[in-house]
Amino acid sequence: MKITLNNREEIFTSDKLTIAEIMDLKKFTFSKIIVKLNDIFIEKEDYDKTFVKESDNLIILHLLAGG
Amino acid sequence: MSKCLYLHFTTETNRKQYIMGHNLSELKAKQKTLQSWSYVWHPIEKGYNNRTLYINVGNCEIKEKPVSQQMKDKFVGGKGFGLRLLWDATTPTTKWNDPENEIIISPGPLGGITQYSGAGKSLVVTISPQTDSIMDSNVGGFFGPFLKFSGFDAIELQGKSEKDLIIFIDGVNHKIEIIEDPGFSVDSHIMGEELTEYFAEDEKDAKNIGIVSSGAAAEHSLIGMLNFTFWDNKRKMVRLKQAGRGGTGTVFRNKNIKAIVAKIPGVQGNLNNVVDLEKIMTVGRDYAGEMRDLDDKQNQMKKKGTANIVNVMSDYDLLPTHNFKYGTHKDAIKIHSDLLRDKWFTLGINDGCWIGCAMQCAKGADNFELKTGPYKGSKVIVDGPEYETAAGLGSNCGIFDYQPILEANFYCDTYGICTITWGTIVAFIMECYENGIINKDITGGLELNFGNAEAALELLHQLARGEGFGIIAGTGVRQMKKLFVEKYGADPKFLQDIGMENKGLEYSQYVSKESLAQQGGYAMTNKGPQHDEAWLIFMDMVNNQIPSFDDKANALHWFPMFRTWFGLQGLCKIVWNDVTPADNKLEKEPHKIPKHVRNYLAVYEGVTGNKLDEEGLIRQSERVYNFQRIFNIRRGYGLRKHDAQPYRAAGPVTVEEYLSREERYDKQLKEIIGFDPQGKSVEEKMAVLRKHREDQYEKLLDAVYERRGWTKNGVPKIEHLKNIGMDLPELIEVIKPLQ
Repeated sequence: MKITLNNREEIFTSDKLTIAEIMDLKKFTFSKIIVKLNDIFIEKEDYDKTFVKESDNLIILHLLAGG
Repeated sequence: MSKCLYLHFTTETNRKQYIMGHNLSELKAKQKTLQSWSYVWHPIEKGYNNRTLYINVGNCEIKEKPVSQQMKDKFVGGKGFGLRLLWDATTPTTKWNDPENEIIISPGPLGGITQYSGAGKSLVVTISPQTDSIMDSNVGGFFGPFLKFSGFDAIELQGKSEKDLIIFIDGVNHKIEIIEDPGFSVDSHIMGEELTEYFAEDEKDAKNIGIVSSGAAAEHSLIGMLNFTFWDNKRKMVRLKQAGRGGTGTVFRNKNIKAIVAKIPGVQGNLNNVVDLEKIMTVGRDYAGEMRDLDDKQNQMKKKGTANIVNVMSDYDLLPTHNFKYGTHKDAIKIHSDLLRDKWFTLGINDGCWIGCAMQCAKGADNFELKTGPYKGSKVIVDGPEYETAAGLGSNCGIFDYQPILEANFYCDTYGICTITWGTIVAFIMECYENGIINKDITGGLELNFGNAEAALELLHQLARGEGFGIIAGTGVRQMKKLFVEKYGADPKFLQDIGMENKGLEYSQYVSKESLAQQGGYAMTNKGPQHDEAWLIFMDMVNNQIPSFDDKANALHWFPMFRTWFGLQGLCKIVWNDVTPADNKLEKEPHKIPKHVRNYLAVYEGVTGNKLDEEGLIRQSERVYNFQRIFNIRRGYGLRKHDAQPYRAAGPVTVEEYLSREERYDKQLKEIIGFDPQGKSVEEKMAVLRKHREDQYEKLLDAVYERRGWTKNGVPKIEHLKNIGMDLPELIEVIKPLQ
């Protein structure tokens, strides 16, 4: 499937993935993130229950501007 | 005072060894006071003492200087005060080791409050032996606040002594003493103990002593740092925080200052005499609540410290590995931050480097048995490793084992060497060694391949002893590049590409290749590539929040200015964004952690009584930031050419680097540059990618300079200085010919 992830086109071989699975594939392991799927906030406990489908707009905002 | 040493040593055996080797009574009998100067102490007013302390260690002159309203309005405090005093004390041709060069330490008006986290920072400012220009380095620990509580907003050290000195700021009896060193140890982990024991009345009084010191390696290198002590009340020992970057310790030892000691009667709730304590306490309690409730689910700062991101950086291909060639490694799992939490760090103990800090990130590894060096066999506490230390002394040198990383951490600290700088230096040496640019004959037998922890440690010990190849390493990457070309016939272009320094300062430990904004965040800094101005990698590379040049330029304006503000006030930047409020996602610009920005505005108003909004905060920083840029220009630096970066910071220098990210680079060639990689050699692809990335960086410079109100050559415009209220005549004089 093709989705928009952080304003970039992203293609996954699977047609249906949870947010948790996408984060796993992308190795997004940082804990301080904000997730929005099609403009709706998704809570952490729902990452593995919320499915992303073709053409969805997924934002995974990493909150580290420090270092 | 009791001679039962209660300090630092974690076993009775070590303590007995120490007592046998050092008799402080004898030292006291030998004490020779060269100068004593009394002053009238006044309470701090709204965060300011309104005077600074000047000491010339060459002729033992001691005096106080008034702080004018203009100095507070334009320079605020901390780094701002340091820059102002250094400008006035030096000429454009003053060198780092000239007597007129100064070391200025200043905490800032918010420094020393205990009701909001992270308010114990000081800024050290000097002309750097590495960059020949202006260095600033921030540090925690007790000295900065104790200097303030003793009656001074800054200490200004000038001159050069013929003999080693101890400067004693007696905030109890309100006098300053210059003492000839009666024979204290050199290395900081011992000297900190000795001086605390020496100056404290009894064990309870140890918490009222703050010390600045360096170490043996600072005497033989250009990369020496300063240790600032803090008293660990639970462990009953002195611990160390570092002003690491740019050779501050080298300047300190060159002046033959062995240590500065500040002593106060004690810390009380409102020594800053703030205007509205309740206002500060309200946001302080709220912040402490966030740490209590959220830290465990977020960064685990209380359990892992800043090193919590070692594995995160590896996961995102950002952990410098093998001299910044790669961003990850198959063995990175061996330095996962869980290991620090589960095996090395002592948990459940107060680890704040200043009183009242809820962040508690100054982690320590207790009972660490040293395997090498002059303290071999001793069990000590290692202060850290922090992230930069783990990455610099670890992955960047191909070392994936916390035992030698902690050992190098300890020795860097006690020898007075910056771990960030040393990590990048050793990584550079290792790449040169593996490329045959240097060999065993040159290194004196050390096989400095990536991963050889034993050789890396021996190199550090050599530096402390002032011997062998260690002395060359201690000159830093810029000097080594020159030497390797001139003496060993190295290819200057290759060394320029892989030598990770800009302005003469070594890069700190993040891979910036895939983030154009971070390339600017490093190489456009005033002092050299330290991440304390801007860390934009996630915003740029991962979040894709700042895709256009305008976006990047705005980020490279706001973040460096915002973060400069911490160094003006005496605050720690970690507290700002290493825990995130639960409702942060609802903010318009969540990446700025706006609630914490509002907290800072409240704290500022609570201390000084002056209202400040975000625009005013940025304006305060802008004035000092532009002053520092012009200070660099005054010294012959600070122009566009000085913001150039080594190519490794921007892209792959070697074939293996390209191949490690071949899919990503090929995709960029095809989709962004319009170059079909099919059938092309790696070298051809690298050349096209390089031209593109170098062009991008030049465009970034244009965009950022415009946003910052600078010319295309990176010179602040006179009009801009007028707009921000910083059109001081001495600044106009410097930049007028360059408009």
